[in-house]
Amino acid sequence: MFVCWCGLNIGGVVDVPRVVEEISGCPGVARAVDYRYMCSDPGQQLIRDIIREERLDSVVIAACSPGMHESTFQSVAESAGVNPYRCEIANIREQCSWPHQNEPLEATRKAVELIRAAVEKVRGDEALSALSIPVTRRALVIGAGIAGMQAALDIADAGHEVVLVDRLPHIGGHMAQLSETFPTLDCSQCILTPKTSEVGRHPGIRLLTSSEVESVSGYVGNFTVKIRRRATYVNWDLCTGCGLCTEKCPSRTPSAFERGLAEEPAISIAFPQAVPHKPVIRPEACRHFTKGKCGVCEKVCPVGAIDFGQQDSLIEEKVGAIVVATGYDLHPKAKVGEYGYGVYPDVIDGLEFERLNSASGPTQGQIRRPSDGKVPKEVVFIQCVGSRDQENGYPYCSKICCMYTAKHARLYKHKVPDGQPYVFYMDIRAGGKGYEEFVQHATEEEGVLYLRGRVARVFQDGEHVVVFGVDTLSGKKVEIRADMVVLATAIVPASGAKELARVLKTATDEYGFFSEAHPKLRPVESLTRGIYIAGCAQAPKDIPDTVTQAGSSAAKVLTLFSAPRLSHSPTVAAVDEEICTGCGICVEACAYEARALDTRRHVAVVNDVLCEGCGACAVACPNGATRQRNMARSQAMAMIDAVMG
Amino acid sequence: MRLARDVVRGEEERKLRDISGEEVRSCYQCGKCSAGCAMTSMMDLLPHQVIRLVQLGQVEEALASRTIWLCASCLACSARCPRGVSLPNVMESLRVTMLRPGGRHIDPARLPADVLENAPEQALVAGLRKYS
Repeated sequence: MFVCWCGLNIGGVVDVPRVVEEISGCPGVARAVDYRYMCSDPGQQLIRDIIREERLDSVVIAACSPGMHESTFQSVAESAGVNPYRCEIANIREQCSWPHQNEPLEATRKAVELIRAAVEKVRGDEALSALSIPVTRRALVIGAGIAGMQAALDIADAGHEVVLVDRLPHIGGHMAQLSETFPTLDCSQCILTPKTSEVGRHPGIRLLTSSEVESVSGYVGNFTVKIRRRATYVNWDLCTGCGLCTEKCPSRTPSAFERGLAEEPAISIAFPQAVPHKPVIRPEACRHFTKGKCGVCEKVCPVGAIDFGQQDSLIEEKVGAIVVATGYDLHPKAKVGEYGYGVYPDVIDGLEFERLNSASGPTQGQIRRPSDGKVPKEVVFIQCVGSRDQENGYPYCSKICCMYTAKHARLYKHKVPDGQPYVFYMDIRAGGKGYEEFVQHATEEEGVLYLRGRVARVFQDGEHVVVFGVDTLSGKKVEIRADMVVLATAIVPASGAKELARVLKTATDEYGFFSEAHPKLRPVESLTRGIYIAGCAQAPKDIPDTVTQAGSSAAKVLTLFSAPRLSHSPTVAAVDEEICTGCGICVEACAYEARALDTRRHVAVVNDVLCEGCGACAVACPNGATRQRNMARSQAMAMIDAVMG
Repeated sequence: MRLARDVVRGEEERKLRDISGEEVRSCYQCGKCSAGCAMTSMMDLLPHQVIRLVQLGQVEEALASRTIWLCASCLACSARCPRGVSLPNVMESLRVTMLRPGGRHIDPARLPADVLENAPEQALVAGLRKYS
């Protein structure tokens, strides 16, 4: 029995020598000792020495939460010959000294009780050994934006096969829509296309575009994934990507890639550098599907690749790890009433500005406003539209808008030197290498006028869009008769993120951003083992941070794949089949799908690897057939007795 | 306040820039100049607020301020400015803008006798220089 002071964390409240004295006399306790930092190297050595001296077969460590150091002390015990599952932790810090800082006497009494209970528990502990499970060394990456592509390339370059899924017909994500990137102003396509083409031709990457993950079963190292491949109505094995069909198609509808600023045919390739460079038919826009006639594409296709009869198909893949890289959407302008509900054509959002500024965009990179194609001379940029607005939007900061707005204002000035850009902001958040300098350059060298304040209202007046704002620095209200307004709308999770989280049995926050296992120390691991997160699926972030996180999630996948087998805690549920009646109550109680009925033998069984050892089934079992290993009913009763004295 | 490009980058603002040689757009309004200025208790606008008005093209309002005349050109602000803006140069450019049209100087002969007698010499010299 070892009691840790944890410096003053425990020792400053709990009377540790007194605890040691009281515990020394307990039945079964060979020896009780204390030490200032039990987790330190000398502390660990002390445990080993005493285990050997006293020939102990089990130990209790009274210290911090088992979440912190249980595995440390288990391996110390194991190294001295004690079964690691006969090492119990009494948490006398988080559950005692910290909450009872002002009641040292009571805290000391409680520490003794907690330790007595742990001693009773360890007396009933079985010697167990960790479960061993195999690993499928293939990965699934969901989302093929810059995050997913980077993760896929890193994993595939290390020699493991990757299944890369994207619901769009092409890869590249939002980065493919951007014109230039901050803080270097290099062209987005120029730095992206080497990656997209590498992904497209990598022998280790199985690229599934127009595809969505439909269901996932299994567990770390052994997932089975069902993927729906949507019909593209074009046989890509035959198609050469010549583009004749897209030229001849008579239908025109707004292009999602161009954010509605341009139209595209019903059979189209979204942009010139698209990978795969093959067209798809959007049936909702196609005359063949909506009116039952047409078929021009079929007639002009020189290789007979058009296949109106194509159906969705379901495929199954077995993978050992999953990377979620589903990215983001923008908060819709149509939800911002005071800025016109998205009805004024010259009030656009950040991605629309990217398309206006893009050489392959609807204006071939000339800044022309959507309503009449005029070059706008007065342009107002509004930051924090929906962000940092807990009442009407989201309380969080979208992180990238300060930088991309500065970039937009600068790019605008490059193309319209006699124009005046104004930026309404609340704070400038430019933390990053070269970022602050980039923003200062915008004000100092390029004449971007920053106005500190929110805009209250935007409305159309003749051919102007009038902006009512404020400059809190001068204390003056501001009115600008602008030619165009650009809204930096909030970053929100990609549509369907919460539904995907349910399919993956992992968690998101209230907005739909995937939750990481620990905000600081496990930022790329989800709450489900074997599932990792990269990019804006987790939270708003810029390209450098996204690429960093994608590389990090790939490293985690590779670490998983490097072990010959994975281990899983053996403190799981077990069934006494002699008693079990096969009622199935445990199956309903289980949150992890670890319980099932063996219909042939009519008993309930446990899938050890899926079981998280929560104990819900053991409690639910009406006749005690299910028990929790190392938390038997007898152990629990003995612990309660120890506490009740 | 109505802003437009001919206001923000107007003729008056350009003249100030020519006279002072200072780029006021560099200022990010941290307020360190005002925090350390010895004369602020007498000023109607804090020094950084004068700079803000010039940034916004509101030169008329800056010219109407007492602050530009109370600046003693001690240079404490410019020594401390993290953005390298010399406020005394800007203040001087504003004063010069007021004075250049002429007819705004002090005529010592027209000062009341008791002022001439009681005012410290230094005050008269400084006043004559500023208002010359």
